[in-house]
Amino acid sequence: MSLERRIRNALQLPKKGEAYELQAGLVSQYAFERKDAIQRVIAQMTLGKDVSGLFPDVLKNIATHDIEQKKLVYLYLINYAKSHPDLCILAVNTFVQDSENQNPLVRALAIRTMGCIRVDKIIPYLMEPLRRGLKDESPYVRKTAAIGVSKLHDLDPQTCIEDGFLSSLQELITDPNAMVIANAVSALAEIQETNPSSEALVINSETISTLLTALNECSEWGRISLLSSLAHYKASSVAEAEHICERVTPQFQHANTSVVLSAIRAILAHIDSVNQELQASLVSKMAPSLVSFASTPPEVQYVAFRSINLILQKYPTLLSKHLPVFFCKYNDPPYLKVEKLNLLVQIVDFDNYEALLQELKEYAVEVDIDFVRRAIQAIAQMAIKIDTATTKCIEALLDIASVGQDYAVEEVVSVMKDIVRRYPSTETTVGYLMKFFPRLEAPEPRLSIAFISGEFCDTNPECLSIIASMIESFDQESPVVQMQILTAAVKAKLKDADNGNQLNLDGLFKKIEKGNHNPDLRDRAFMYSRIISAGIEIAKLIIASDHLHIDTITPDLPVRLRNEFLRDLACLSAVYQKPVYSFLESKEVDVDKVFLQAQQEQKELAVESSDNGNIGNLLDIDFSDPMPADEPTGPKGSAFDDLLSLGSLSTTLPPVNGKALDTLTSSSSPVGSGTTTSGTQSNPFGSDLFGLGTQEPKVREPASHDLVDLL
Amino acid sequence: MASSIHFLDLKGKPLLARNYRGDIPPSAIEKFPQLLLDAEDESSVVPPCITHDNINYLYISHNNLYVVALTRHNSNAAEILLYLHKLVEVLTDYFKSLEEESIRDNFVLIYELLDEMMDYGYPQTTETKILQEYITQESRKLQDSQGRPPIAVTNAVSWRSEGIRYRKNEVFLDVVESVNLTVSSSGRVIRSDILGAVKMKCYLSGMPELRLGLNDKIMFDATGRNPRGKSVELEDVRFHQCVRLSRFENDRTISFIPPDGEFELMSYRISSSPAKPPIWVECQVIMHPGSRVEYSVKAMSRFKRRSTANNVEIMIPVPDDADSPRFRTTVGSVVYAPGKAALLWKIKQFGGGKEFAMRAELGLPSVKEQDSDNKAKRPIQVKFEIPYYTTSGIQVRYLKIIEPKLQYPSLPWVRYITVSGDDYTIRMP
Repeated sequence: MSLERRIRNALQLPKKGEAYELQAGLVSQYAFERKDAIQRVIAQMTLGKDVSGLFPDVLKNIATHDIEQKKLVYLYLINYAKSHPDLCILAVNTFVQDSENQNPLVRALAIRTMGCIRVDKIIPYLMEPLRRGLKDESPYVRKTAAIGVSKLHDLDPQTCIEDGFLSSLQELITDPNAMVIANAVSALAEIQETNPSSEALVINSETISTLLTALNECSEWGRISLLSSLAHYKASSVAEAEHICERVTPQFQHANTSVVLSAIRAILAHIDSVNQELQASLVSKMAPSLVSFASTPPEVQYVAFRSINLILQKYPTLLSKHLPVFFCKYNDPPYLKVEKLNLLVQIVDFDNYEALLQELKEYAVEVDIDFVRRAIQAIAQMAIKIDTATTKCIEALLDIASVGQDYAVEEVVSVMKDIVRRYPSTETTVGYLMKFFPRLEAPEPRLSIAFISGEFCDTNPECLSIIASMIESFDQESPVVQMQILTAAVKAKLKDADNGNQLNLDGLFKKIEKGNHNPDLRDRAFMYSRIISAGIEIAKLIIASDHLHIDTITPDLPVRLRNEFLRDLACLSAVYQKPVYSFLESKEVDVDKVFLQAQQEQKELAVESSDNGNIGNLLDIDFSDPMPADEPTGPKGSAFDDLLSLGSLSTTLPPVNGKALDTLTSSSSPVGSGTTTSGTQSNPFGSDLFGLGTQEPKVREPASHDLVDLL
Repeated sequence: MASSIHFLDLKGKPLLARNYRGDIPPSAIEKFPQLLLDAEDESSVVPPCITHDNINYLYISHNNLYVVALTRHNSNAAEILLYLHKLVEVLTDYFKSLEEESIRDNFVLIYELLDEMMDYGYPQTTETKILQEYITQESRKLQDSQGRPPIAVTNAVSWRSEGIRYRKNEVFLDVVESVNLTVSSSGRVIRSDILGAVKMKCYLSGMPELRLGLNDKIMFDATGRNPRGKSVELEDVRFHQCVRLSRFENDRTISFIPPDGEFELMSYRISSSPAKPPIWVECQVIMHPGSRVEYSVKAMSRFKRRSTANNVEIMIPVPDDADSPRFRTTVGSVVYAPGKAALLWKIKQFGGGKEFAMRAELGLPSVKEQDSDNKAKRPIQVKFEIPYYTTSGIQVRYLKIIEPKLQYPSLPWVRYITVSGDDYTIRMP
């Protein structure tokens, strides 16, 4: 097409005075030249160039009978209205005229565009066309006007409510056309969300039947919005909940995955109130749909798998027959492979673990380092989940370590600490593990070795020499490992594994006291030395008591949070598994204030910390708080107080290292659990939630400097 | 809901965008390439949803393009990502292929489509057939009746317009079964499933009512009928939006008013049945490090003798530094494809119940690369198509066509074909 070629030429060779040329074209006396010029303006806009200077000239072309040209001018208006708010008034007349045009396409276009011009001055003129649109004979215009009310509410909530738009919109819920209903519900739901006091979307027993009827008639996207609102509705009776479930289940067979997910979401919102028999049948109907998600586009699969993850937490055995469906394909994108591994570990049980173990062994020799690590972790999780599988899993792990690359070895050593915690009888492998010690570089596996050495030094002579050599290289270790070495050395001493000579514990204490600036480490060293000086027997009781038992390292969410996510299934919060306020700022003003205030306060305490950290602290998430800088008590006193109040209870577990964010196991690792006797698991989600793992060192740093100053 | 939709090239340069809600600063999308890079630096696992600074980025990639949706709300991620796929599908229907060039050439039309397919972040009409009726490349005059929104846009039957006329009323049904298979390196079937689809080409006048009957086991069980021949248990069935889902839920009747032209009526999955893999491949490798590598491959067909598999293609991965290939085979041709680091064994026609063999030898460089063990392990991939054959044994029992007003005679044609799925792989020993 010659027109397009001309545009392309214009793009390739930006001539001098192009703006002038465009302007001349826009005011040309020939219609085709004007249209051509408009197209070129839009082309420039698409390229990201600022053509707002031509605003008055483009606007002159708004009154046209050429619908394509009209659309282009409207598009231009939407983009640049903000920069010329006063001139927008000039377009109003055409809009009003268009909104009375006999062609519904033009009427809808006018209403749709007016709502997108986000200029306050235009609001008074928008009202009349919008009101007419809501009562228009064409459903196409009505469905556009329904969304238009939501746009108006965003610009000016007061006018929207006081001038009766909201109530007109609410009337559309009973519209004869299903598409109009769907858009009205979408718009109302949005108004309800931004302005809960408006009570925009009131669903009651009467509207429910309208919605359920519309569900079968409207487009796929409309169904999603109807199903979402059903998910937020609380059924008034058992019969009603059953009715809703029965009417929603057919949607499981829809070709659109998102409709199916929304249907599941709606069912899950009501399933707890229906009778047992129906519950069972609903759950069993869900399973085949979940399995089919594995053959959708990868991005959609990702969201679906994150949803299945939540559903399995509620119904752990739902997919046990379908394990192989979630085996990784060689060409799956990495993010899918990891999600699949998560699901596999969730699904695996006594009957099918061998197939999975075979599969995981293959993954452990792949090339992608992250994937290999995750596969090794999955084997460990399986070993801990299914006690009959343990022996085989450990065998597999040791096989992998014996042939694997360094990173595989490191990961195997890291996960072994959890396995020996779960099954102290697997101690026999300890000696074998110690052979890998010289190959370990990263903090995590070294920490693991230190922990295992401390636990089993009384029965395994190699352990002692490892502790000794780690004490020698103490200053080069990372802080988390240092903590663990300290604990291990104390344990060894208390168990009297070295017959009272080899280990120089006092030397270690001195080294920490003199040369180390990590307050946690110093605190712990002081605490240990005090406990020991209080009496060896007591110290043994507290520090070197039984092995720290754990039951699982696959974290399930707290039930309340999980249910919240299930209600928002497939929404971003459920995909991230984070509460909404943790990744989106709230629109409520007072909440904003609180946040600002909190940020201010926090800044005074720790200048370097960033937003996320503040939110975390504000919500009082359980992690070792930075020591307040202005507290004059010395570390000695506080350590001792702490000890007394703790007795044998758990201390908070600091995240292992920066990686706490994504590892499932980290929070249950034995770091810092020197005084922990029961395997109480700190909620991994809590530390995960706000990215505190990565945040922590930052928060802590200023405090530690202050402490040094005080000393 | 999405706040804006952007098309970017692979480097992250913006090509075209539409801002629907005006609540996202233009600078937000500029951060996207950097966000991706940062995420990739951290780990190889970069999910298709990223959150940064209160803005969520949801993206898909297609033909060297990123299609990105931004949102500030706790939106339905599945809906947005599927919408992006649908958008790509519609634009591909319009322009044959969607790439940088076609976006630049058709920006006017794309803006129009973006405006029509989504309003204020809510997806509206995504049926290409219907969109094509009122959004076309030719410009129109306002008064023109062509420019009106088709009734179908807001109708309960939003996929078919009224007043369609054909001189000859015909329906073509294609039952396509894709077989997916994963065989472990020890020769064990780890996973096999059948993804079936019933595709239709519909050339019927008026508003016809169709009813499709399959040898569906659940329906036979429910009605207590005991048909001759075997019935098939469909594990999960998904339908095009034209099918009345509540009717299917009640008595498993598949009834619908079809869209005009080509569409996929339904898809189903069968995984529990121990589906016999139609083509089985065994491969032995003898490695002589530093000199050569030998392959001996056996391919067997495990379907009925009267069927034939066409265009069988077996891709065997070889080391990417191999050279001087030599082959010997009883049937078909073998090519060495250094670009893919694989041998391609092509067999035009592969009869049922047959077995063929191929031997190959490739030279290896005498100096071994340092980390040659460290290469990704690729499986053997097999492609084939077997006409007039379904692995599951599914059958169309009837297709009833009733147009109450016109009452024309019509002809349904049915074809069956089994093809290899995306994932028909046999792991190398």
